[in-house]
Amino acid sequence: MARYLTSVGMEVHAELLTRSKMFCRCEVGFGGEPNTRVCPVCLGLPGALPVPNRVAIEMVLRTALALNCQIAYDSVFHRKNYFYPDLPKGFQVSQYGETNPLGYYGTLDIPAADGGTKTVRIRRVHLEEDTGKLMHLPGGGSGVDYNRAGVPLMEIVTDFPPDITTPDEARDYLQQLRLVLLYLGVCDGKMEQGSMRCEPNISIRPEGSETYGTKTELKNLNSFRSVQMGVEYETERQSQVIESGGRVVQETRGWNESTQSSFAMRTKESEQDYRYFPCPDLVPMHFEEASIERLRATIPELPLAKQRRYQGEFGLSEYDAGVLVGDQSWAGFFEEAVGQGGDPKAVCNWMNGDLLRLLNETGQVALAGGQAVAHGHGTPATVSKVTPAHIVDLVRLVGSGQINSKTAKTLLDDAFSSGDMPSRLVEAKGLTQISDDGFIKETVAQVIAENPGPVEQYKSGKQGVIGFLVGQVMKSSQGRANPTMVQDEMRRQLGE
Amino acid sequence: MLTQLTAAETAAKLRSREVGAVEVAQAHLDRIARLDPEFKAFLTVHPERTLAEAEAAQKRIDAGEAGPLTGVPIAIKDNVSTEGVPTTCASNVLKGYVPPYDATVVSRLREAGLVSLGKTNLDEFAMGTSGENSAFQVTKNPWGRDLVPGGSSSGSAAAVAGELAPLSLGSDTGGSIRMPAALCGIVGYKPTYGRVSRYGLVAFGSSLDQIGPFGRTVEDAALLAEAVSGYDPLDSTSLDVPPVSTEALKDGNVRGLRIALPRQFMGEAIQSGVREALEAALDVLRREGAEVSEIDLPSVAVGVTTYYIIAPAEASSNLARFDGIRYGGQVEGDGHIGVVASTRGGLFGHEVKLRIMVGTYALSAGYYDAYYNRAQQVRAVMAAEFETAFQEFDLVVSPASPIVAFPVGGLSQDPLALKLLDLCTIPANMGGFPSLSIPCGYADDLPVGMLLNGPVGQDERLLQAAYAIERALPWGYRRPPMP
Repeated sequence: MARYLTSVGMEVHAELLTRSKMFCRCEVGFGGEPNTRVCPVCLGLPGALPVPNRVAIEMVLRTALALNCQIAYDSVFHRKNYFYPDLPKGFQVSQYGETNPLGYYGTLDIPAADGGTKTVRIRRVHLEEDTGKLMHLPGGGSGVDYNRAGVPLMEIVTDFPPDITTPDEARDYLQQLRLVLLYLGVCDGKMEQGSMRCEPNISIRPEGSETYGTKTELKNLNSFRSVQMGVEYETERQSQVIESGGRVVQETRGWNESTQSSFAMRTKESEQDYRYFPCPDLVPMHFEEASIERLRATIPELPLAKQRRYQGEFGLSEYDAGVLVGDQSWAGFFEEAVGQGGDPKAVCNWMNGDLLRLLNETGQVALAGGQAVAHGHGTPATVSKVTPAHIVDLVRLVGSGQINSKTAKTLLDDAFSSGDMPSRLVEAKGLTQISDDGFIKETVAQVIAENPGPVEQYKSGKQGVIGFLVGQVMKSSQGRANPTMVQDEMRRQLGE
Repeated sequence: MLTQLTAAETAAKLRSREVGAVEVAQAHLDRIARLDPEFKAFLTVHPERTLAEAEAAQKRIDAGEAGPLTGVPIAIKDNVSTEGVPTTCASNVLKGYVPPYDATVVSRLREAGLVSLGKTNLDEFAMGTSGENSAFQVTKNPWGRDLVPGGSSSGSAAAVAGELAPLSLGSDTGGSIRMPAALCGIVGYKPTYGRVSRYGLVAFGSSLDQIGPFGRTVEDAALLAEAVSGYDPLDSTSLDVPPVSTEALKDGNVRGLRIALPRQFMGEAIQSGVREALEAALDVLRREGAEVSEIDLPSVAVGVTTYYIIAPAEASSNLARFDGIRYGGQVEGDGHIGVVASTRGGLFGHEVKLRIMVGTYALSAGYYDAYYNRAQQVRAVMAAEFETAFQEFDLVVSPASPIVAFPVGGLSQDPLALKLLDLCTIPANMGGFPSLSIPCGYADDLPVGMLLNGPVGQDERLLQAAYAIERALPWGYRRPPMP
């Protein structure tokens, strides 16, 4: 069997986190009774006219800037004409053309397998309106819910020839893009709810061939994993088609999550003629350079750059840095703790370990001062009482040897529920680590006296038994004895 | 008789309590009941609603809160969305559709206290020159019951000429206000594109469409324009300028008025009677001190051709929403596309389907550049030619219609000849400038309209000039021969 190279073009649609729809004042939301967030404009009633949502335009411009795009200082909306029941006006307002989309010719860096980065070229970032949703009615027949119709939708398309060549890269691209959108606050990135949708175009060609194969487009992918699996499946399916002497058909295929396979949806025999033309109901957009520069100034450090910085600056592992930047507020929490003088590695360990576990168990979020709860369209989460200052305090207590890490864990649990500072708890409960020489000597001697058996074993060469003996000392000191000192003293006394 | 009064006269009598708003409304309702079975100007009348509005208007008058047109009745073209009142565009595809919202102009009429009489007939979706393309009825010209009123705002023009209403609103995409105004012998005014909100006007050619008033005098048309114009945040193409002002309307005279007469509008296409009437009128204006100069505007020769690419292209997209899925009529079919095809095939009239097909073709891949793009370039050239002329002249004048009212069915076998009648009116839509038709004389005892075009945004100056010309002409508005 010949070896095949995979090429993946990525088309991502992201619903923008605006309060109102693209061309009317209707609220943007998820779920709810069908056709309750509609008006003459988004229903396309005769005579209704669109008024563009400026916030949506700014969100797309900011995304384009974050993706290093060229900005179309003069840009227009086009009408894309076709008939479909979920399309109330018989056309979708979108953007067409090489250099007309708000952003074009950009890049997005994704993590490479060697720990470096790989640059994926972006073809365009444009703004359009979402369509309604077809629904099958319980009594048979179908209906259309137009709640989603007119929601601002950003489309981000990678360039051709495709830079993405593996299922992992397809997943990584999507993850990075989602993070960028979350960092910019322009999309809530909920793939399972469809607020971010990805349609990869997959083709294969024999190794050495310069010609790209016929592509298939994959729909219904609602998780990163399904994107990865879908690309993998299509690669395999297409190579089997070719190996068995067949020909890959250009078509749209659906992904079946339960069978982990794709199925043919519709063939794209001929390119549909959408008869794009500038929408005469909307005036052409023009942006001044100064206003674009103002928007550029609002672009935060992007997640991958941040991750690499944490690795370089603080010596964190790729994994740990990745967990920190995986949520903007989590990274903000970390940076504030480090800013307050917390040791970066220790802060990271406490955050990604015990604090994250506690948060997950309780469904809370931890925020640095001044951070707002990330606004999506769901219910807001409860904010944890633990702040960066708590973690810094905890790290200091451990670092200075005042408490051992076992006590620290208990303290974090306590601080998590009470909100009290760990150092205050230490004082109140008398939990300070005992480094008193006399106390440790005395307790070690006592444990040796009470455990003649293990002591005998140690002396006959079973060095491992020292762990048990140290443990006994810790137990009798309620975990407060300095473990390093206990260890040293134990060896000393046993060696006598 | 109350129905013979102009809107300004009616408003004055209402304010002086000489008459009541209900009395005025009832007089018009009575005349509609008596004469509209013959004129067929209205598609919907709603006497109860009319009288209720009249009562409300009277309360405002009594409270001393009357505006310039409070209590004055008005008829509205049936392609303007009216909450709770059917809006059909004279098409079977919208039969039974009752909008849940008011167009901006309708809201403004209500705020100004005008009393709505009902909705008027039109060429289906405003596509037509004669008024014969309505799916429901052919409106008759009050000047002769076998004559067309002109289109597409046929009902609105006939209602005002026939004294069924002192005022009406029409829409104008290529001449749909000014053509029927000329054929019915009244004033019809298309404001600068963007001065009147299009929100709620069922779109035909969005970049050309403009709502405007009909009246029997320039003053009436100007007062109505004042009431409905002004910036509307619901229409992105609306101009952020104050409403059309009537303050200086009566200040001007024709002395020193610089008038351009393009040769291209006085050629073979113009009926001799129309040409003579226009020339006689211009002679009067010359004697009164206006300067009339012949000029050349070469691009207008391809105006109709250009228009019949741009307008259908936009229409093909604007009318795509009429698929039978959400509102209006539906014809059964196989699956979604089957329903769409049979609904559109079965319920759109011939002319509408023709234009949708022409427009679809013009926008298709491979033809877009040769047709739509090229047409937009010609449009820009045409607009620039007029702009240049307006730097030297106050007005560019021409006949509004090349011919006077013609018999129903007289040109329906020659669709091209019908379309060529838009020759003089089309440039104003292409260039977005204001344009107005006033009666200037008579040929074969039928009214001839003079078209006055002014520079973009200078609606007040155009209306002022029109008012002065109306005063100067000895053969202006005349009552049609009717009861």
